[in-house]
Amino acid sequence: MRHVISVLIENEAGALSRVSGLFSARGYNIESLTVAPTEDGSLSRMTIISTGSDDIIEQITKQLNKLIEVVKVVDLSEAAHIERELMLIKVRATGKDREELKRVSDIFRGRIIDVTDSTYVIELTGNTAKLDSFVGAIDSSLILETVRTGVAGIGRGDRILRL
Amino acid sequence: MLLTGAEIVVRCLQEEKVDYVFGYPGGAVLYLYDELFKQDKVRHVLVRHEQAALHAADAYSRSTERVGVALVTSGPGVTNAVTGIATAYMDSIPMVIITGQVPTAAIGQDAFQECDTVGITRPCVKHNFLVKDVKDIAPTIKKAFFIAKTGRPGPVLVDIPKDITIAKAEFDYPKSVTMRSYNPITKGHQGQIKKAVQLLLEAKRPMIYAGGGVVLSDCSDKLTKLVRMLGAPCTNTLMGLGAYPATDRQFVGMLGMHGNYEANMAMQYCDVLLAVGARFDDRVIGNPADFARVARKIIHIDIDPSSISKRVKVDVPIVGNLPDVLDDVLRLLEGSSERPDKDALGEWWKQIEEWRRRDCLKYKNSDEVIKPQFVVEKLWEVTKGDAFVTSDVGQHQMWAAQYYKFDKPRRWLNSGGLGTMGVGIPYGIGVQLAHPGSPVAVVTGEGSVQMNIQELSTCKQYRIPLKICSLNNRYLGMVRQWQEFIHGNRYSESYMDSLPDFAKLAEAYGHVGLRVEKPGDVEGALREAFKRKNDLVFIDFQVDPTENVYPMVMGGKGLTDMILSAEDL
Ligand SMILES: Cc1cc2nc3c(=O)[nH]c(=O)nc-3n(C[C@H](O)[C@H](O)[C@H](O)COP(=O)(O)OP(=O)(O)OC[C@H]3O[C@@H](n4cnc5c(N)ncnc54)[C@H](O)[C@@H]3O)c2cc1C
Ligand SMILES: Cc1ncc(C[n+]2csc(CCOP(=O)(O)OP(=O)(O)O)c2C)c(N)n1
Ligand SMILES: [Mg+2]
Repeated sequence: MRHVISVLIENEAGALSRVSGLFSARGYNIESLTVAPTEDGSLSRMTIISTGSDDIIEQITKQLNKLIEVVKVVDLSEAAHIERELMLIKVRATGKDREELKRVSDIFRGRIIDVTDSTYVIELTGNTAKLDSFVGAIDSSLILETVRTGVAGIGRGDRILRL
Repeated sequence: MLLTGAEIVVRCLQEEKVDYVFGYPGGAVLYLYDELFKQDKVRHVLVRHEQAALHAADAYSRSTERVGVALVTSGPGVTNAVTGIATAYMDSIPMVIITGQVPTAAIGQDAFQECDTVGITRPCVKHNFLVKDVKDIAPTIKKAFFIAKTGRPGPVLVDIPKDITIAKAEFDYPKSVTMRSYNPITKGHQGQIKKAVQLLLEAKRPMIYAGGGVVLSDCSDKLTKLVRMLGAPCTNTLMGLGAYPATDRQFVGMLGMHGNYEANMAMQYCDVLLAVGARFDDRVIGNPADFARVARKIIHIDIDPSSISKRVKVDVPIVGNLPDVLDDVLRLLEGSSERPDKDALGEWWKQIEEWRRRDCLKYKNSDEVIKPQFVVEKLWEVTKGDAFVTSDVGQHQMWAAQYYKFDKPRRWLNSGGLGTMGVGIPYGIGVQLAHPGSPVAVVTGEGSVQMNIQELSTCKQYRIPLKICSLNNRYLGMVRQWQEFIHGNRYSESYMDSLPDFAKLAEAYGHVGLRVEKPGDVEGALREAFKRKNDLVFIDFQVDPTENVYPMVMGGKGLTDMILSAEDL
């Protein structure tokens, strides 16, 4: 099962390596990990996408909680939540492909944020599935490079993760 | 008044009432050593290898309820210390390790004797810090001690760059620590505790499985009271030996891979299992699927949620500090109108006594060759069961655990989790300094003892009168045993060739060395050794090289699938 784990952690040098080291040392899966400071600069928030049986996910949350710098851990996927990821994708845009790429990008509510004679950079946000289907929807030979941020997640409504 | 970073470190140690620091100097810690030199409250013990400094500090902690402290230099000082840190980590021993680091400006430059200490040690410490400002030294060391000894204990490392030991700041040792990200639990969940007590009162075949957590949290008295109130059998893990008195009738021995027949059987066939401060290690419950074959209710008390339901699913998890939780359990039991089911207990004990009659630890003694088990039995007799005993790792370790009956906690020191050969003598050093005048025996093997033999020199310098009992079987016996059982007697690299004359070696270090070859001389040699209160005596017992440790549960097998003697092979 795929899980979205949110972690509030002291914004200190080395905190990230404690988390990533934990995953590699214990052989836990990690699909993506994103981290940045929160509105309170002394805290960082991580979103970790991991897969594993319930037992493993239980151990993951316990082990994360055990890290001295971790303040709070929540498994967002236990209830309603939102996931978003940002992708920048550079495509070869020449001839009739220019129009087609613009059209597909519009359908996915992407934005073209860089234009040259022969290329576009398209910015797209959404959940992982949406980004995947965008990549699937355009001719793969036109894709020059892609970069994705990994998933950031937040609970819906009254589910709040803070100090 | 402004103090240098080095002065601050030493003042912090004084504030923590540290009486011994175990360490080894070097470039990055010269200023720290200079400050140690100028005072006499914190005494420094100079070992001969950093690994031993860590083990000695670890043992100081294991045999008291205090935090052990070690001090090493950057680079090779740290890398040498890693084994000792990992050893303490695996057994949850509270320690503070202070390490020197290259100057802040040189970090990352591949400077002389630079290593990424925080990175290298991260997976084997409870926490670590790199101090980047002299003002942070005092609060960081305060935190280090706090983290080391609270919650599930463990080693905490503080890495201090050389320039920070020279820089100056006001010294103000914090009175207390608060950390928003670290709040160790004490009280257990009251509803869960009630459930547990109910289960225990209704049990027909209760069993109590107590581990290192009882020793670490100094609540043997509470455990003993509980076991007596319930009238249940009690087993201890290798780390828990002494948590419940071994000579008591309700004690069924150690359990696990080399555990007692009756302990493993009771563990498997009980209907309510109470696990206290024990972590269902793979050497303890054998194959988890086989263990789960029998239905039983499991109550597990542990301060670390990640110890619970990790390998074995439990029914009533109680996260909390053992002394607090046991107090609650005892109070509920005492207040309850119900009492344990006497008839059911009677039946249960009849069964246990039947298992006990198998006498799984009996062995064939000999008049010609010394049996290692016999040496440990005699050691127990000669010391009246009242010595501190450290061991190394191997067959001798298991024999010490099986045949020395520990009635008190913190008397038995060994490396259970990491299984580090070479801890024996350094553990002895730490224990003896913590308990001057008390008898301290080191039960070791000719393989393990050579992994830190240089510490005989430390023993000389600090007059540490260990009684080293080497069960010399000329083999890496534990390895040889597995090769015999699993690898068709192909003794690949397990024979110890070219052994030194250990008695002479001990003498060369300025100690007393004895070599004992006959069973009839064992007791006399031990008596002689313990009579020499002020001397370190190294007794090289030439023991039967073919002896194996029984009972044994082979890897992957169920707990009750025990080989009891050579005939079972
Ligand atoms: C050669 C060899 C053979 C071995 N064979 C055996 C064997 O046959 N039998 C055996 O038992 N072991 C054996 N071991 C040791 C084994 O590997 C483990 O180290 C040991 O079983 C673990 O003991 P424990 O479960 O008591 O846990 P420990 O490692 O002592 O852990 C203590 C537990 O208590 C908890 N705790 C700590 N403080 C508190 C507190 N204040 N409140 C509540 N909980 C707390 C901790 O969170 C932890 O879960 C062997 C080791 C070696 C090297
Ligand atoms: C540092 C280290 N290296 C290797 C091992 C693997 N090992 C476990 S027991 C053992 C043999 C120990 O031999 P000895 O000290 O003579 O004890 P014996 O088993 O013969 O009593 C070995 C090599 C270990 N536990 N620790
Ligand atoms: Mg040997």
